[in-house]
Amino acid sequence: MNMPFYVSPEQLMKDRADFARKGIARGRSVVVLAYAGGIAFATENPSRALHKISEIYDRIGFAAVGKYNEFENLRVAGVRYADMRGYSYDRSDVTARGLANAYAQTLGTVFITESKPLEVEIVVAEVGAEPADDQIYRLTYDGTVADEHGFVVMGGQAEQLGRKVKEGWRADLSLGEALRLAVAALGSGDGAAPRTIEATQLEVAVLERDRPRRAFRRLNGQVLADLLAEGTEPPAADAKPVPEGGPPEPGTPVEGAPEAAAEGTSEGTAEDAGGSGDDKPDAGPDSSGTSPGTDH
Amino acid sequence: MNLNADRTAGRLPDAFLRPGSSSFVDFLAEHAPDRLPGNRAVPAGTTDPATLSPHATTIVALTFDGGVLLAGDRRATAGPMIASRSIEKVFPADEYSAVGIAGSAGIGLELVRLFQLELEHYEKIEGSLLSLTGKANRLATMLRGNLPMAMQGLAVVPLFAGYDLDKGVGRIFSYDATGGRYEEHEHHGVGSGSLFARGALKKLWRRGMDADAAVRVAVEALYDAADDDSATGGPDTVRGIFPVVAVVSAEGYERVEDAEVARVAEQIVAQRRERGNLA
Repeated sequence: MNMPFYVSPEQLMKDRADFARKGIARGRSVVVLAYAGGIAFATENPSRALHKISEIYDRIGFAAVGKYNEFENLRVAGVRYADMRGYSYDRSDVTARGLANAYAQTLGTVFITESKPLEVEIVVAEVGAEPADDQIYRLTYDGTVADEHGFVVMGGQAEQLGRKVKEGWRADLSLGEALRLAVAALGSGDGAAPRTIEATQLEVAVLERDRPRRAFRRLNGQVLADLLAEGTEPPAADAKPVPEGGPPEPGTPVEGAPEAAAEGTSEGTAEDAGGSGDDKPDAGPDSSGTSPGTDH
Repeated sequence: MNLNADRTAGRLPDAFLRPGSSSFVDFLAEHAPDRLPGNRAVPAGTTDPATLSPHATTIVALTFDGGVLLAGDRRATAGPMIASRSIEKVFPADEYSAVGIAGSAGIGLELVRLFQLELEHYEKIEGSLLSLTGKANRLATMLRGNLPMAMQGLAVVPLFAGYDLDKGVGRIFSYDATGGRYEEHEHHGVGSGSLFARGALKKLWRRGMDADAAVRVAVEALYDAADDDSATGGPDTVRGIFPVVAVVSAEGYERVEDAEVARVAEQIVAQRRERGNLA
């Protein structure tokens, strides 16, 4: 019979943590920061298809660094978790806090029980109705959750870049200012002369507070280039109107229907119409709420 | 869903982390089949299931130059009673498509909710939109799952219309309760008043109409349906309830504002009044 060498629990945990940390530090950094109109995500990522930043739900975004296959798996699980929850209860019952807890438990369990910890670090962010309601959770490979305020930098030379963001960050940054700060930080690694990162090399997305339903929007092409260019022109002024919201859920009161009787009110129908998260031709559909004067 | 079971204890269940399909309906079927609308057993009993849920009525769709239009009246009936005067039966399925339902209202609304989620789920997981035919086929699959309920009398008959981004045209798909999918050309209608609405559409539809003309044709077709079918509601000027009219074009889904529909409806009423009691 094979006798394993004795390894103290401290050493075991330390080895695992070092292993995960090394994997995470190899990647490129992601900057997540709050600005006046929402929460912005930025990273250097030349790929148009393999995203590090994604939409999870109406008001919730996801950013990750580390091994792509591992965080992609977590992202898909998060979308399933959110959609399942929203379908079972209501769209408003899907929260970043719930998702962050589920991720934390998952990461924590894998860290302890599996042969190798997940080499990922994740941010789950939710944009609230007011800046004070914004939530940014940072989750590390061992399941630690940190409730961050203002900004998070993770992956790569996170500490160095974090200092750079800290110098320039204010709660009332405009979108352009926030993105310029994030991109300047991303280019400042290595200790050497700061690099300028082209718009085509960036993956940038925002959770916009003022959009009615699906707040997530990717920024690329000319819109992003304009935002990054010097000056203080209003964000995306020459862009096409932003798609707003998403399909409202059917929930119009149906008298006599068991479902409607249980729910009582016309929830859902007052939500706004339309909806797209991604880089599609945009449109701003009108509200498809219940029309006025429908007393019966 | 076993979120609270001991073995998972707050972590994401294994099924969530398993690589699999981008379809939410497939995920539900595997992970929580009891949540699928069609999977509920309808026990044999003395109650006619068809009387349990109100009946949603007429939906019309027509193509125009640069897109497609979907419109529905606002009435739901329960036998001879009006169950709702203000129900909405036309919804955006996603940014570039719309779906309307006729038939059993409770099941239909749940089906639409699941269909919207299905398209959004795919979009989030894959990072791209399904093709229009792909969306139409997903709806057919979901209807097929509802077949046992349909055979008990709880049938849903949707009408799906969308803008095909690849071909640059509006397209219409009709369904039967077994999940059969049929592509319709120019115009179509479903529901109890569709016989009259289709007659009107046949006379009013013109090739090369613009969106405004299409709105007028749709409202007029629904007016004719309401005229002869007791289960279809006409424009209600007293309460200010007008048909839901949705236009889908390259710019995406847009619901025509109530004020505009009201204006068109009033024009039609005025024109009919002028013609005398012919129609």
